[in-house]
Amino acid sequence: MNWTEFLAMGGYAAFVWPSFGLTLVVLIQNIRAARRLHATAREEALRRLDAGRTQS
Amino acid sequence: MNWTWFHKLASPPHFYRIAGRLAPWFGWPAFLLIVVGLYGGLVLAPADYQQGDGFRILYVHAPSAWMSMFIYSTLAIAAGIGLVWRIKLAHAVAAASAPVGAWFAFLALATGSLWGKPMWGTWWVWDARLTSELILLFLYMGLIALRASIDERERADRACAVLALVGVVNLPIIHYSVYWWNTLHQGSTITKIGKPSITSDMLWPLLVMMVGFTLYFAAILMTRLRAEVIRRERDASWLREGLAR
Repeated sequence: MNWTEFLAMGGYAAFVWPSFGLTLVVLIQNIRAARRLHATAREEALRRLDAGRTQS
Repeated sequence: MNWTWFHKLASPPHFYRIAGRLAPWFGWPAFLLIVVGLYGGLVLAPADYQQGDGFRILYVHAPSAWMSMFIYSTLAIAAGIGLVWRIKLAHAVAAASAPVGAWFAFLALATGSLWGKPMWGTWWVWDARLTSELILLFLYMGLIALRASIDERERADRACAVLALVGVVNLPIIHYSVYWWNTLHQGSTITKIGKPSITSDMLWPLLVMMVGFTLYFAAILMTRLRAEVIRRERDASWLREGLAR
């Protein structure tokens, strides 16, 4: 099987590749969102803890 | 049976640490399985005798649909546990699951649409399977919106748990819709009882993808839960040591 044939997906390229592409984009985006969520929560908490320490 | 391990797990500082350790143990196997599943589905599996190479959308569509329902079940069970036993961590699981579940419901609908167009000649029909999956997406969005609209955390937890449990009705409707109603959607490929209606070289990449997606969710859930635990424990003293490093 050659590359052109593979990419053509038997005439269904316009439907197969967007499906796989969209899925991968969403999967990767969800990893980034989860990591960002954790990082911001952590930074925010650390900032609060620091602020509390200087006050007391 | 000794339940101390369970109580220990449910304590926020322990859970925070354990979740951080577990995430890569779910994430890397998920990555490997998805890569193998993609190769199996796109390259090794033979073309379908009716749908040609178009059927390959199955390898992202079915796992996404599976995840949208699996995550909803997880969310509802967690919400139920949270309501009955008032375990905060259970509500955190429900809260962390909703956005991920919504994305998978969206993927199931979008890839289904991309599959429907060449096979049925339409992007969308208002039939039972498609409509009930759309309702699932709306349920997820409703849960996210409801949580965002209530400031007090415990009230938000309880309100969301009740909505989540009511929404469980939709799960069997999605699953059995292809049998109960006349629908364009094809019947299930992996029958639970008896032989699957698919050859093994088409089946294994699908199963690999489904396990991969499930582990992927577990990894995402661990990371989201860590964020959730920090937010819920914002004034707890353990945070100082827990977050250090």
